[in-house]
Amino acid sequence: MHEQAPKVVVDINVNGASYQREIEPRLLLVEFIREELGLTGTHIGCDTSYCGACTIILEGNVVKSCTLLAVQADGRKVETVEGLESGGELHPLQTAFSEHHGLQCGYCTPGMLMSAKSLLDNNPQPTEEQIRKGISGNTCRCTGYVNIVKAIDAAAVQMWEG
Amino acid sequence: MYPAPFRYHRPETLEAAVGLLAHFGDDARIMAGGQSVIPMMKLRMGEASELVDIGRLPNLSYVKIEGERLLIGALATHAMIAASEDARRVPLVAETAGGIADRQVRSMGTIGGGLSVADPSGCWPTSLSALDAVIQVAGPAGSRSIAMADFVQDTYLTALNTGELVTSIEIPIPESGTGSAYVAFKRSASAYPTVSCGVQLSMQGDSCSAARLVLGGAGPTPILSVEADSALVGEQVTAETLLKAAELIVAAAEPPPDARGSVEFKRAMLKNLVVEAGQRALARSQGEQIFGGHRYA
Repeated sequence: MHEQAPKVVVDINVNGASYQREIEPRLLLVEFIREELGLTGTHIGCDTSYCGACTIILEGNVVKSCTLLAVQADGRKVETVEGLESGGELHPLQTAFSEHHGLQCGYCTPGMLMSAKSLLDNNPQPTEEQIRKGISGNTCRCTGYVNIVKAIDAAAVQMWEG
Repeated sequence: MYPAPFRYHRPETLEAAVGLLAHFGDDARIMAGGQSVIPMMKLRMGEASELVDIGRLPNLSYVKIEGERLLIGALATHAMIAASEDARRVPLVAETAGGIADRQVRSMGTIGGGLSVADPSGCWPTSLSALDAVIQVAGPAGSRSIAMADFVQDTYLTALNTGELVTSIEIPIPESGTGSAYVAFKRSASAYPTVSCGVQLSMQGDSCSAARLVLGGAGPTPILSVEADSALVGEQVTAETLLKAAELIVAAAEPPPDARGSVEFKRAMLKNLVVEAGQRALARSQGEQIFGGHRYA
């Protein structure tokens, strides 16, 4: 099929705001987030469902937005890294990544943060092994993961103890 | 990377989905969670001008026990199956689901999709071949069942006819004295297994009364070997007898050499996996509650 495919209308809730757009069905969710909405915190890394840089949360589930069509999120709720802060206050995970140097180049960080958020949403007191498994779909080529694991652990403690 | 343009259809009922598939024939591609189909479309593997998104069809997303069978709806995600207490009645099933790719992919990917794609390295086609699973399908000519042994026919090719889709998977719950396990060797969580092995063993006392071994990533379809299974029957299950059976089944394997490993490497790894999966299946047949994991490079 080489002619233009009919566009479809989607209504996607991103970080609490509803966005209605007319899009090509082949538009990937990550492109919708970055290009249609200008939320460029979500990164495209490998673009092959491997690295996890594009990780977001869809209806409470952590997913790779380069491997979803935007139409799959129609009528659903999306959380991106921009949704982590509230009222100008960083999320405890963001603060912990900063304090524990949980990044070097920072390219993988938005995906790491979203995987970590989903992990702590479901398991507020993870063991180190559970943290490592929780981010096993996210690749970091700089840190060796040590400080990322430390940061997530510190954030968990902070959020648990308040 | 973008998929080539396609027209998008999101039927609301199974009947409507089957109708669309029948209407579009070979121009249609079915998408459930999209975790295999979207990467393939982005790589422009195969042309499909009509995408039929079955991801929201009602009543196909469940894991439950009915009588002596574990029933899994085609749209049950790997994550849902991994978290299901019912799925643990057949440990190999929960183990397969929990080890597929990473959390992100398990959130979206479905058992029906993983089976239907029939990737030679895929987990479900291999692990379900160790059990007497039955695949229920719906299509323009009505519903029918396909034995797992007949389901995968070649690389990316199944017994599904044009217009047919998987609706559920039925797995008999084994009697006590039977144990199963699935172990994959992976370079990383996100990667497809390099090779994998599923085992189901039934024991009477110290002696094996029935065995089924299956290898994944070892040829275009899951590899089974009557000789290897027979070699275990009547024997004690030990590292030695498992290795003997492993030699027999690996002789039937034809793992392709690729970036994940040479033929020699894969054969050697498969033998190790048979022993590991066999010992885990044995422990479970004796009532041990163990949660296994995959081997990582």
